[in-house]
Formats: sequence, structure tokens, C-alpha cells
Amino acid sequence: MHLKKTLIGTRGAHMDKSTYTLVCGLEVHAELKTASKMFCGCTNDPFHAEKPNTFTCPVCLGMPGGLPVANKKAIEWTIKLGLALGCKVNLFSHFDRKNYFYPDLAKGYQISQYDAPFCYDGVLNTDLGPVRIRRIHLEEDTAKLLHKTVNDKKVSLIDFNRSGVPLVEIVTEPDIHSPEHAKAYAKKLRQILRYLDIADCDMEQGGMRLEANISLRAEGATDLPNYKVEIKNINSFRFLEKAAQYEIKRQSELLAKGETPAQETRGWNEEKGQTFSQRSKEDAEDYRYFPDPDIPPIRFTEAQINDIRANIPELPSAVTARWLKEFQVEERFGEMLCENREEVEWAERVFRTAKAENITVNSLASAIVNKKITANTGDDAVKVVAAFKQTQQTDQVDPKLIASTIQEIMNENPDAIAQFKAGKTQVIGFFIGQVQRKLGKKVDARELQAQIITSINSK
Amino acid sequence: MLNTLTLKNTIDQLKRKKISHKELYTDLRRSLEQNSELNAYLTLNEHMEKDVENLLDTPLAGVPIAIKDNFCTKNVRTTASSTVLDHFIPQFESTATRKLKEAGGVFVGKTNLDAWAHGSSTETSQYGRTLNPRNKEHLPGGSSGGSAAAVASDMCTIALGSETAGSIRQPSAWCGTVGLKPTYGRVSRYGVAAMMSSTDSPGPIGKTVEDTAILLNYLAGHDQNDGTSSSKEVPDFTQTIGKSIKGMKIGVVYLDHPGLASIKTLFEPQLKVFETLGAHVEYATALNPSYAIGDYTVLQRSEVSSNLARYDGIRYGNDRSLFGAEAKRRIMLGTFTLSKGYADKYYSLAQKVRTLFIEDYAKLFQKYDVLVSLTSPGFAKKIGASEGSAMFGELEDMLLEASSITGLPGINVPCYRDPATNLYLGMNIIAPMWQEEKVITVGDAFEKNTDWNSWSTHG
Repeated sequence: MHLKKTLIGTRGAHMDKSTYTLVCGLEVHAELKTASKMFCGCTNDPFHAEKPNTFTCPVCLGMPGGLPVANKKAIEWTIKLGLALGCKVNLFSHFDRKNYFYPDLAKGYQISQYDAPFCYDGVLNTDLGPVRIRRIHLEEDTAKLLHKTVNDKKVSLIDFNRSGVPLVEIVTEPDIHSPEHAKAYAKKLRQILRYLDIADCDMEQGGMRLEANISLRAEGATDLPNYKVEIKNINSFRFLEKAAQYEIKRQSELLAKGETPAQETRGWNEEKGQTFSQRSKEDAEDYRYFPDPDIPPIRFTEAQINDIRANIPELPSAVTARWLKEFQVEERFGEMLCENREEVEWAERVFRTAKAENITVNSLASAIVNKKITANTGDDAVKVVAAFKQTQQTDQVDPKLIASTIQEIMNENPDAIAQFKAGKTQVIGFFIGQVQRKLGKKVDARELQAQIITSINSK
Repeated sequence: MLNTLTLKNTIDQLKRKKISHKELYTDLRRSLEQNSELNAYLTLNEHMEKDVENLLDTPLAGVPIAIKDNFCTKNVRTTASSTVLDHFIPQFESTATRKLKEAGGVFVGKTNLDAWAHGSSTETSQYGRTLNPRNKEHLPGGSSGGSAAAVASDMCTIALGSETAGSIRQPSAWCGTVGLKPTYGRVSRYGVAAMMSSTDSPGPIGKTVEDTAILLNYLAGHDQNDGTSSSKEVPDFTQTIGKSIKGMKIGVVYLDHPGLASIKTLFEPQLKVFETLGAHVEYATALNPSYAIGDYTVLQRSEVSSNLARYDGIRYGNDRSLFGAEAKRRIMLGTFTLSKGYADKYYSLAQKVRTLFIEDYAKLFQKYDVLVSLTSPGFAKKIGASEGSAMFGELEDMLLEASSITGLPGINVPCYRDPATNLYLGMNIIAPMWQEEKVITVGDAFEKNTDWNSWSTHG
């Protein structure tokens, strides 16, 4: 109502959509790749289990008397992520029970964190602007429901291999102002999760899941809109971008008509390229959170947090900034070589080797990124640099021989000359190739091109 | 009748080959037949005579132990006295029963309890009530009523029970047995169907104080499957048996509570023996136990509503409609006390009151080594007494609730027998956390210097 009034009051009821700006926050879930599950000793590898329900025990099956024991590594990794995102850490924290019924939830409640998340108040900088992190908490994943037809009967099956897998949830402030910004944030977050070596983020399998809270407000307004549409279960960055674009269109049309979009949860239908209503959120669900009495509260000392901090590797943004300074490698190339720690270390070896040989490292980086040379992470640095040098090398050829060869080729291809003169300049490549082949030598292509153009124009 | 021997004597005589397993189990079988109308056992171990083989060299030497039916026992039906789990055969063993097995205990069977341990009568069991062996017109108390009745009728040498707030001590008081409720966290809860996770404490019900101390030696200790189990070093609890209580300071609490008037006069004279033995006895003022009733009720219902959510009708064959009236009431009330808008008023407030009890006891224990009170506000009630009384258990356990929500260890020792009804009163002795030895010492001294223990007096 508030929004509607503002709109009518200031600019009239009918407005085109450019007068709205996006208000968007993301909730990202990522499964941590610890060896065992969050609250029991079961193997944490749901995507590679040979059979359903094999990585299970009384705890993750929710049997009577099954008790959770928190995975220390998962907690440390969550804090590591938080520190990497500039978060503050709660030195006193605990797990809470989030009570709700669903067939994939073994205990009838999910162990999560409510009022004392491990980390809060951070920021992730993207090329399109910073996004503040509100909180990062740790919880357990649910089992997986499979809806199948068995013996002509529609059945729902439950696979508990995923039940109890550690899951971090990273919640942002509503700082995202465009679909591209949302995508950039999510991609960067994935890069950091992978870079810290704490999550695989396999989006197709559901190892990383995106939820976007989307609403619109009048341009220039600062209040949060009085409604929120939650888009759930987005499993690719592209879909996230498309879903946000679709919602902007849908919601701005409603707002332009003077309506307030319904507070609801929507899903993304890729085939139709549309979001669709899943359930109304008018009555917010009551999860009856309370501290899980099965898990003692967790206390950290500053020293423990500092230990975790000391083990955080140099992050991609710092690496690319350093590469620019040290090797004059442009950040757009640097970023492509920062997928994980291994790749960074390898790229750095290659850069150092190249620099020692007085090679323009940026050209080398460009060649690797653009696949001008075959170079894979782990390849011997000396060999990579040698391969690059090979591409740069030209043979010394008698200029007279070059000139006569050009003449020969031109005489053989009058049609191509005509084409070039008619404006089809790309045939120059054809000439360069022919001359090189005839010479059987590698001649500097740029010089060759200049000479050919001079020759054609003088004809 | 070898089944009437104490645990201590049974082990001694088996080891010295004064008696044989065959004789012991023959007598036990006879007792099981004669006492079948008590309905103490829900499931009997048909092959206990076979289980005994080769156990003579173990610490517990193959003694017959009764197990409350809320402990998961591998391949043996475990119901928690609720038909919701009518067909449930666990594929795993609770830590407590595993430890007893490893120490050479043989399970006689699974004993009756109030369904889900909800109650103090054993009348809420969905498999029928248990009768008090001392007087069959009366209730055995609960929730470990089956275990206490099995001990009182010599249908086992010792029993395993569990207490949330009174469930070991109160049926022991009503049945004239010894019930030792350990400090919360002393004995693992793993594999025990959870009632109130923040107070549930498994522990022994036996014939003498020494017997319960012996069994606690095999139950206690850290369990990696229970995050709330303590890693504190476990003493030999039998070391304090026979120790003098000279100079100890004993505070007497709750005696002036209205409602105790009729039995106060029976209880008070029993305290004289402590003075005779050189202890200082003093009346002390503790926080009014009436507050504990409400406080405990809110906390317990809250946790119960969450703990019973896992029996969701999907995985145990039976749905939630099979919950009895008591469980349904508790789920509803607990759901309410955790609900948005009410949690602050009930659950959170109750947690604060809990802290007041902790502080009150801390103050009292600066002055006294132990506190003693009546265990129950009266003798065992008649059968049917709990019906239609939604707060039956809470009122019967009012003198125990404060010590339960604060995690203290406590013991019930028989302290009076009414010659007309053959019913018992029990004395409750509590000490600070982790000081079971104190309640054992004081309980043992009382038992050995009075005539109320029916096994001691028989030699």
C-alpha cells in the first residue's frame, strides 16, 4: 500500500518499468565437502553413492535416541568462509531446532542456527558493486525425495544419503540492484567457496542452491518494499539472471497497474522462461525455533579464530591485484586463472618463469586464457613458456623473396583481390596463409599483412 | 531363591561358584511366571539362559538385568510403551545397554513404562498398567514403573531405568527399591527414545545402594555418540560404600510444603539416624518446589513436542493417530509454548527460571554436602489414580523436578514402610553435579543403619 501511494502521489499511477529499481537479496546454500556428515560419522558424498540409503545411520535417519554430534571441521570451515567474506564471528554460538514437517526431514526438525549464526556482517565485492553479507550459518541438509513410477504406481521415495550433509547458508542484505549483479555475486561466492576448498558447489546436483528475494521500489525510494517474492530452487547462474529479469518485468507490470505483487514463493520454469507461484507466504510459517538441547553451545576464543584466519589462503581478488602489480597481468585474464588454489599456484609458476625470460607476461596470460596455446593446470612452467615463445617466433626470410611470393599469390588469385577491393577485408587472412604456406616459413603476420595491403592497393 | 540376592551377592557367589547360572535362571524363570500379572515386562528374552554362556569371567558375570523399553536394543522390539512403535525392531544398540552387555549383563526383557516415559504411574502405557509388587491394588509409579516393579518382585537382579524428572526415583520410592539418578551427562542418552533431551538421565534401579553404585560404574562415561555426555573422569562409585558420614552437613528441604503434613511425621524421625552417625542435620529453605512444577512442565512439553516429531507416520509403520492422550496433550501444549508470540512468555521465561533454581542450589550447596527430602509427596496411589489427571506426574514428582532441571544427581532409598498396606516412602538425597559419591555415601549409610531396605534386612 505504501509503495502504491508513493507512486501515485509523485508520478501518477501508470508508469513505465524504468521507474522501478530492483531490491534483491540472495540466500545461497552450499554443501560442505567434509569427509563425514554434519552430525554423525556417515560418509558425506551423496552424489557418488552407489545406492540410495547406504550412507545412513540412526542419527541421520532420525531413529529413536539418535543424537547429533557436531562436525568440528564443518564449523571451522564456516568460520573460514565468514572471515574470507570479512564477517564478524560470534564467539558464543549454538544450534537451534527448526521444527516443521516434510517427508525428507527425518527428525521432524532441521538442526540449523537461528539467533546466533557463526558469522555475520561481512561484504563481498563484485565488479558491479559490493554486496553486504547479513549472516552465515551452518545447518544440515535434508534427504532427497524421488517421485517415480514403480509397477505402474506413482510413489515417492526417500534417499537419506543427503540427510545430514553439512550445509552453509549465506544470506545477503538487499544490496543487489540488477540481475547481472546477482549473477556476479553468486559466481564470485562460488569461486571463493571453491577456492577455500570447502565446497564443490556442483549446481546441477544441488551442491549449491540459490534463492532470490526480489521486489521493486520506485526509483529514488529508500524504504524496503512492503512485499517480497522469494524465488526458490534456482540451480544455475543463468537461470538466476533470467528469473530476476522475468520478475522485474512481472512485478513492474503489476505495480504499474497499481497492484502490489503477492508475498509468495515462486519457482523457475526454464522451459517457459517464467517464474510460477508455489505457495503463498501471507502467513509466515512458524518454525518454533529453540536451542537444540542435544548439542552444547559452542564457545570460541579469539586465538582460535585467529588460527582459522591464519589458514585462509590469499583470495582471488587479492591474487589478481597482486598479479597486476607484479606481472602487469590484466585482471580480466587473472580472474580466469583463479578458479582454485592449485591453478593459482601453477599460473604463478608460469608467470615467474616468463618474467625471468623477459616475456610480456600479460600476452602469455592472454594466450593461455584464449587457448592460443595448450596449457593445463599443472603443466610444466618451462614447457608452457616455451610453447608460448614458439607462437611468437618468426623466421628470418629475405624480403625480396617475400615480395615475389606475394606477387605470385596475387597473380594466382585475382578474384580474392577483387573481393578485398569491394570491401571484404577479411580475405587478407587468406593471403597471409597462402604466402606463409608457399614460403614454408613463419613470417611475422603483422608485417606480412601490411605488405600485402600495400601490394594490393598499388595494383 | 537366588533371584532375590542382591547384585553384589549374585556376582560374588557366581564367581566363587557357590551358585550356578542354571540355578539362578531357574529361580528367575519361576519368579517371572509367578509375577506375570504385574505386567512388568513387555518383551521377554526367550534365550537368556543361552546368553549366559561364557560370561562368568566378565565383571557382571551374566547377572539378569531388566531394561526399560525406551532403550533401543538391537534386534529386540523397542516400543517405549507406545503402539506407534509396535513393530519397531532397532538395528542398533543404545550405548547404555551396549555397555551393560559388554560388562557381561544378560537382559531378562524390556520393561513397561508410561508411553514415551510421559508420566509417573505406568498407567499411560499403551500395553496396560504395571502393578505395584508391594501391593497390587496400587501403582508402581513411573515412568520406569516396570523396571522398579521387576526389581521389587525379584524378576531381575537389577534394572536399567531412565529419569527425566523423577522417573527413576519416584517408582523406586513407591516400590521400595533404590533408584540412582546420575548427573545429567554422566550416562549416555544415545539410543534412548528422547523425552526431555536436556534432563534425560539413564540410571540403575536396584535392591541396595551398593548395587546401583556397581551398575553405574558400567554405565557412566563419555560417549562419542552423545555430545552432552561428559568427558569428566569417572570414579569408582563403589569406593564410597561403607564410608562414614561423620561431620557431613545435611540440609533438609521441602518438608514444610503443604500437602506433606500427613507423611511429615513419618519422615522426620528417620532423619535422626544421620545425627547418630555424626552428621549435622539442619532444616534448610530452598526455592518453593511449586515453581518447579510449572517450570519443568513448560520446558518438558516444549522439548517433547519436538522430540516426538520424528514419529511422523512415514517410517515406523504406524501413524500419529496412535499416540495416546497424554502424548497428544504434551505435543499440543509444547507446540504452543514454542510458538511465535508465546515462546518468550513460556519457553524462554522457563529457561530463566531454571537458572534461578541452579543459583538457589548453588547457594545451598555452599552450606550443605547433600540435601534430603521426601521423594514423593505420598505413598503409592491406587490403580486408576492417574486417569483423567493431566498433571498427575508433575504433581507426584514435584519434589524432584527442581533437581532434574538442574541436572543434579539424586538417589531414592526406602525410608519407611506402612505395615498396614506394605507400601513404602522414599528419601531423596541430592548433591551438586558430578558428586554422585556423596548421595551414594549418605544413602548407603542410611540403608545400613535402618531396617527399611527389604533386601538388607533379609541378609
